[in-house]
Amino acid sequence: MVVLGFWEIGTTIDAIHKDGLWIDPFFYGRPSGIASQLSTWIQNGTAQGPLWLQIATTLEEAFLGFLIGVVLGVVFGVALGRVRLLSDVFAPYIKALNAMPRVVLGSIFIITIGYGIWSKVALAVVLVFFVVFFNAFQGVREVDRVLIANARILGASERQLSTHVILPSALSWILASLHTSFGFALVGAVVGEYLGAIHGIGLIIATAQATFNPNGVFAAMFILAVVALTAEVALTWLEGRLIKWRPNTLEVPRI
Amino acid sequence: MAAAIELRHVTKRFLTPSGTAYTALRDLDLAVQDGEFCAVVGPTGCGKSTTLALISGLEPPSEGEVLVGGAPVQRVGRDVGYVFQADAVFPWKSVLDNVATGPRFRGIERREADERARDWIRRVGLAGFERYYPHQLSGGMRKRAALAQTLINEPRFLLMDEPFSALDVQTRTLMENELLQLWSATRASVVFVTHDLEEAIALADRVVVITAGPGTVKGVYRVDLPRPRNVAEIRFQPEFSRIYQEIWNDLRDEVLVSYERSKRVVS
Ligand SMILES: Nc1ncnc2c1ncn2[C@@H]1O[C@H](COP(=O)(O)OP(=O)(O)O)[C@@H](O)[C@H]1O
Ligand SMILES: [Mg+2]
Repeated sequence: MVVLGFWEIGTTIDAIHKDGLWIDPFFYGRPSGIASQLSTWIQNGTAQGPLWLQIATTLEEAFLGFLIGVVLGVVFGVALGRVRLLSDVFAPYIKALNAMPRVVLGSIFIITIGYGIWSKVALAVVLVFFVVFFNAFQGVREVDRVLIANARILGASERQLSTHVILPSALSWILASLHTSFGFALVGAVVGEYLGAIHGIGLIIATAQATFNPNGVFAAMFILAVVALTAEVALTWLEGRLIKWRPNTLEVPRI
Repeated sequence: MAAAIELRHVTKRFLTPSGTAYTALRDLDLAVQDGEFCAVVGPTGCGKSTTLALISGLEPPSEGEVLVGGAPVQRVGRDVGYVFQADAVFPWKSVLDNVATGPRFRGIERREADERARDWIRRVGLAGFERYYPHQLSGGMRKRAALAQTLINEPRFLLMDEPFSALDVQTRTLMENELLQLWSATRASVVFVTHDLEEAIALADRVVVITAGPGTVKGVYRVDLPRPRNVAEIRFQPEFSRIYQEIWNDLRDEVLVSYERSKRVVS
């Protein structure tokens, strides 16, 4: 609030005196300008069409990328964590791919897949995959050996071992990675749109930047922040639902 | 009659992180008769847990033979129950699901498995805690759950690795009595590992003393105390003290060896 007030006053004083001292609204925008930009978008839509369509497009890309990336990451992570041979064969490739600057892939995807949503989904998938993969892999490696031995004694088949012991045990690692990886999915979608798209928040940012409209850039960032926060709340709720077996501070253990 | 469980000249070596071989068991011979309760005692690190891992089929022997039910052990046997030294109930399953795990793995459908699980939960004194998760239970209750999880499969061969060593004395005595009661209904062949000689004598028909590592059999002692026994009172019988004296003479040397070694490692 203080920062916002200072920002607003700073840009206003500057506007009055026109001597370029405080904060220049030409580069930094101004809170009231951002607010009015937001309300214009909500009432009249953006240059690319209605605002909700841009948000929905970005969300769709992020969600698809997130889902596909998580599924691939978990499957590969668990498979490589479980099977020694697979990890020996694939680990060097995955490490090499991981070392690549992934945002560069965005340009490649747009050239090969096109301007539609799938090039953004692909970028989001790549960003999400590695985060989830390494967590799932580590989660599988950290499974308590006594629990595995116990399951074997109780008669578990290899598949039952995976579903009853290894996955649930790795789940807390995987879930922890979901917080970070939804952020990555959003980054993937927005960067992809920024590089070239028909709709989306990233495109709004690109357009605002091209027309030297800092209020537009900040307004789009504000929308992104709201989306990311909402997703964070939803994921925390999901995590609580999925691992209710874990001790937490709200629950007093009964003796 | 063939022994229920038999180890013949068994040697077990482990590869240490530094790449050398460590001999945990050397030329170990052990036979447990059908329906017998056999206790294995020895100082920490002498290879007691390793012995159980070999019998269960979780680990193969380096040399020698392991026979269970007259046949060489090839893989983890279906008739074997194993109560682990560490907590081994699944933290993400409720008590009911934990106990029902064995039947579920063995292809019994959910309703029937749950019904049996409820029965066993009652038998180990956990009725009312079916929906609790392990972290909501005390250590003693977790051990009860582990016991039910193992016994529900009605194992013919029951392996127990210091199951009560982490419990307080009162809970421990209670559970030892309950174990004897549950066991007398099944007459499974039991190998019960402990480092507590009193516990071994109170529970077992026979006590096997293992030497400080590499483990091998130092002595075997019959315990001719009448059953049913009350663990809390049996310690006061003159016969109990006599057997205790006899075994302790053997065990003391091994404990001293083990103690001297650990002192050397520390200093
Ligand atoms: N998987 C393993 N790898 C290497 N060494 C092991 C392994 N398991 C046990 N050992 C070693 O074998 C010895 C006997 O262990 P263990 O059977 O657990 O003893 P106890 O149960 O009698 O305390 C110990 O010195 C231990 O360090
Ligand atoms: Mg042990």
